[in-house]
Parts: sequence; structure tokens; C-alpha cells
Amino acid sequence: MKIDPTLLRHLAAQVKREIIAVCGTNGKTTTTNLLDTLLKNAGYRVVCNNVGANMLDGVANAFISMASLTGKLNADYAALECDEASLRHVVNHVKANKIILTNLFRDQMDRYGETEITAELLREAFVKLPDATLIINADDPLCAQFTRDFSCISYGISEDCNTQSAQTDEGRFCVFCGKELHYDYHHYSQLGSFSCPDCGFTRPTPDYSAQQVDLTNGLAFDVCYHGEKRRLDLHYRGFYNIYNVLASFAAYDALGLPADGIDAVFNAYKPQIGRMEEFNIGGKTVILNLAKNPAGFNQAIATVATDPRPKDVLIAVNDKPSDGTDVTWLWDVDFETLGQANVTEISAGGIRMHDVALRLKYAGFDDVSLAECDRASLQTIISGSGEVCYLLVNYTVLFSVQSDLQALEQSTGKEN
Amino acid sequence: MTITIAHLFPQLLNLYGDKGNITTLRSRLERRGIEVEIIEYCPEDTIAYEKSDIILLGGGSDREQQAVCQRLLRDRDSLFSYTEDSGVLLALCGGFPMLGEQFPVGEETAEGLHLLNITTCQGNNRLIGNVVLESELTGGTIVGFENHSTRTDIGAYAPLGKVMAGHGNDGESGWEGVVYKNIIATNLHGPLLPKNPALADNILSRALERKYGATVLAPLDDELEKQAHSFIVEHYANK
Repeated sequence: MKIDPTLLRHLAAQVKREIIAVCGTNGKTTTTNLLDTLLKNAGYRVVCNNVGANMLDGVANAFISMASLTGKLNADYAALECDEASLRHVVNHVKANKIILTNLFRDQMDRYGETEITAELLREAFVKLPDATLIINADDPLCAQFTRDFSCISYGISEDCNTQSAQTDEGRFCVFCGKELHYDYHHYSQLGSFSCPDCGFTRPTPDYSAQQVDLTNGLAFDVCYHGEKRRLDLHYRGFYNIYNVLASFAAYDALGLPADGIDAVFNAYKPQIGRMEEFNIGGKTVILNLAKNPAGFNQAIATVATDPRPKDVLIAVNDKPSDGTDVTWLWDVDFETLGQANVTEISAGGIRMHDVALRLKYAGFDDVSLAECDRASLQTIISGSGEVCYLLVNYTVLFSVQSDLQALEQSTGKEN
Repeated sequence: MTITIAHLFPQLLNLYGDKGNITTLRSRLERRGIEVEIIEYCPEDTIAYEKSDIILLGGGSDREQQAVCQRLLRDRDSLFSYTEDSGVLLALCGGFPMLGEQFPVGEETAEGLHLLNITTCQGNNRLIGNVVLESELTGGTIVGFENHSTRTDIGAYAPLGKVMAGHGNDGESGWEGVVYKNIIATNLHGPLLPKNPALADNILSRALERKYGATVLAPLDDELEKQAHSFIVEHYANK
């Protein structure tokens, strides 16, 4: 559909309170949906593109679907997931008041180019919104670089959580002077408590910081902000979800809304499709996770490795345009960690199953099965001897696998 | 027998899964009972060219590429003696144009290493996609992925292969990469060697021959490698 930009501008101008855009390589969808849930729970009407359609048309459709036929919009807030490269177009029509920037990782370089280029595209958008406040991840030097030129509030994880996650390669050098950054502690990829030994570029002190992090059973941590402290005890998996919760919490608080009862809302939140989404198929727990790039895969693998149960694992990668046609990043993923993750059987799937299988061979797996990601082969994988089954898939694999898992869950009945 | 591989500045040049190449070379040597020593050099280090059997130069962002080239220009003569003496050099992605007279960095032009008499300029669009080459070097196909805005003219040098699918050096000539003595350079980026076992072995043979005289490499189980290779040939060259 071709959208008339004046219509989008007309609709966005009718938002009564504030518009919050959510950008960044990973965590956009979860952060947007968390914020949307928080706002709706507080009784507000919210425009949200919560199906992940995050380019100009997707944003426009979110407004149109909530507007009346006569072009009237009755909404208090808009929470908009926005593709990093599209933000500079979106803000021409939608004057965002706050912009969350979750992180910048290497992702689909055939489409986006290097993280430096993505950062420049974002800067172009920020310049167009001189009155907006950025809500940035203080632990990510690629996000924190914007504190020099823009009004920012920040969030971060302010202690060493011993994540033992591999450091990826982007962002390890100071964006201002090129020196290798020093880390007091490091969470994953380039995220951590960084400082540049040469020019003094340092992690900003977060306005919202997670402390006393406990990963033993879901996620528990204190959010410390403005001298207050609030303990959150959540059932989600995945260390990275701390950032998603912090980002949405920070935005919600920055809107001046009261945080009472926020814990229950966070806890009731059901992760979106394919975000460590659990199925029960014939009594076996099957966990589906979307991973699109090395940082996402490394975090998914770290989460798999913290589950001590014997497990069957599928890694499936397509190379359609929306996945990125270049799969060389498979060699930037730390699949070697799966070698210590109590994996019973491992399968490679998706259009590029052979590349995945070869990568797994070099990660130390001698016996990799090739699997079409159809219902029959999913059933075979799930009926393996592991106690639990993890399916780590990229974007275009996700939807068919998810609907197959739903069908399998229904046909086998949920057993407990 | 021992092969020493010098990995140049992996902290800077690691844009696209380059570690797959080192992993492949190491594994294919070790599985044949040949010892491997891998030295990862930082820009501050002194590079032991005389000790190296294979030098690997990967790809980085423009800024990193330029920093690396300036670093290498400091001992350009040693590197030149190494390659003229048939030392093996594998240069991928941005490492390829760097070997010539000059190469573009954004809108500007940087001085190259003058190891090869080739020139590279900036094109007006990026050449992106899967690539299949027909190569005399391996007597078969080479597969990979390219993503470059550069246009390289290799003059009278031999190419790495003839483009069956993809764009190649300049999008027009039909050639990709360059081979001179034991320099193999190509736009194909990241993990080139895992899916191209014949090319990996060709590189190893060159290094072994230079050090120990002609050496026969025992065959390895390349079933998965061949499947991954054939998939690209079938989907992109035999359409």
C-alpha cells in the first residue's frame, strides 16, 4: 500500500500526549510491546505497530487502523517500533517526543552496512527532532556516543553478572578516538561498563540501573532510579530481557506515569511469538527463539547453555531478502558454546542448512542432522531423547515453524 | 612438518566471520597430522615475515582498512620481499584492493601497498550477492559472497576465476580476484575457505611446497563442505 504522508502527519499530530519511537538492532519488538502493555494497563489508548512492521508503511498502518473513517484519531500515546534506517523518514511526519535506542549490533550487512553507517542514519533522524529526549542503553558505547550531542536519559546493568558471553567485534574501539575501550565488567557483545583510556569517553551513569541481578529462576533485579528502588521478579528467560524491561520502564517513568503495580504488568506480559516462546508438545517443553544476527544468536545460545537439562537443538537459517542474503555472519556466532550445553542431538535447517551444518561441524559437532523445517521433521526433532527442545531460527523460518508448533501442541494435547 | 599462519590484526579486520578461514586452514592441517602455529598480530607487534608460511589479511570497515594499510606501509619492503619470494598471502574483501597502487576510502584515495600493479576506484553502487567462479586454480568452482563498492582493474594479472554468477572485480570484465605468485586476493569476504575445500588445500599446498617441496595432501571427508558448495552453484550458477 502506498501511504499518503500528509495523512500520517495529520493522524500523528492528533496523539494527545506523547509519541515514543523504539529503535535498535535487537529488542525493539519486545521493548515496544512492553511499553504498549504498560500504557494500556494504565488505561490509555495507544497506537502501536506491535506486529513488527517497522518501516514507514508499517508505522502509517498502525495509525490508520486506529483512526476513524473521517480521519479522527483518539489516542493518548503512540509506541512505535521503528527500523533504524527508516527512522529518518518516519520523523519527517511523526514528531516523536522520546526515542528509545536499545543497542547497535552487526546485522544484515548486505542491507544496513556497518554499525557506523547505521549510527549515522540515526543521527540524521535525531537532528530532525531537536526537542526529543533519547532513552539510550548506557552499556552500549555505540548508543552512548549520542549523549555528547543530544539530550539523553539512560539505562544499564550496573554490576558484573558473570554472563561469560563472548565479546563480539563491533564497538570495541572508541567511536571518538579509535583506542580500544577498557571494561570494568562486560555483559555481552560490546555491552558493559566501558571507558576509553585515551579521550575519556565513558559509560554514562544510568538514570535507571539494574542491580542485584539474579538469573537462577527467570529474571529478578532491582531497578534503581531517582533514589528509589523497585524489585522486579519476572518469569522470562534471557539476560537481554533485563534491557528490554529497563528500557520500557525508563520510558514509562519518563512520561511521568506512576510505577505502582508495574511489577504485575511486567509479569503478566507474554513474550511475542518466537521470543523464548514455550510450547508443550506431547508433554515435552519446546522453546522457540528468533535470532537474526550474531549478537542475538550468542544471547540465545547463552540462554540455552544456562538450562542444565539434556536437550535437542535445531538451528535454522534462511537467506531471503528480509533475513539478509549474506549468511557469512554464521562464523561470528559462538556455536562452540553449545558444545558445553548438554546437547543430545543437533539439527541444521532452513534454506542455508548446509552452511549451518558445516559451521556446526567446525564447532565440534560430528553428527549434524539436516532437517527441512516442515511439520514432520519438527516432530522428529521434538521426539528426540532430550528433556527439552530448543529451536533457534531466523526471521522467515519463524512464522511457519511457529504455526506448526501450535498445530502440534493442539493435536497432541497439552500434558503436564 | 609445521605451518605457521600469520593472522594480521584480527581485532581490526573481522567484519564478516573471517575466523572461518583460520579455523578451516588449522583443521585441514591438523587432520593430516601437520602441525599448525597461528600467530595473531596486533598493529603494535613486529611481524615475523621470515617465520610466516601463510599470511591472512581480512576485511574491515573503511576506517580500519586505512589504519591497517598505514601500519603495513611501515614494513612494506619486508612484506614485498615475502610475496616476491613466493610467500603465501590470502587477502579477502578490503584486503584485496589494499595490495595495489591505490584504493578508495570513502571519497578519498589512499596509497596502497604496491605489492601488485593494480588500481582500484570507487564505483557508484555496491556490488552485493552470492558469487560463483570457474577457477583454473582449483579446476572447479569457487563460491562466496561479495559486498563492495570498489572497482578493481587487475590489468594483465591472472584472475582467481571467471564470474559465473555475481559481479566480480568491476561488474564488467567477468573476472574476480587476482592471483600472482602465491598471492591470492579476492572481493569474496568472510568465511571463504570452509565451503571451498579445494581452494583451502591449494593454499596449503603452496605453503607446504615452498617450505618442504611438493607435498601430497591426504584426502579428507568433505561431504558437508561439498553439499554447502554445490547448493550455491546449483542455486546461482545453474539456474
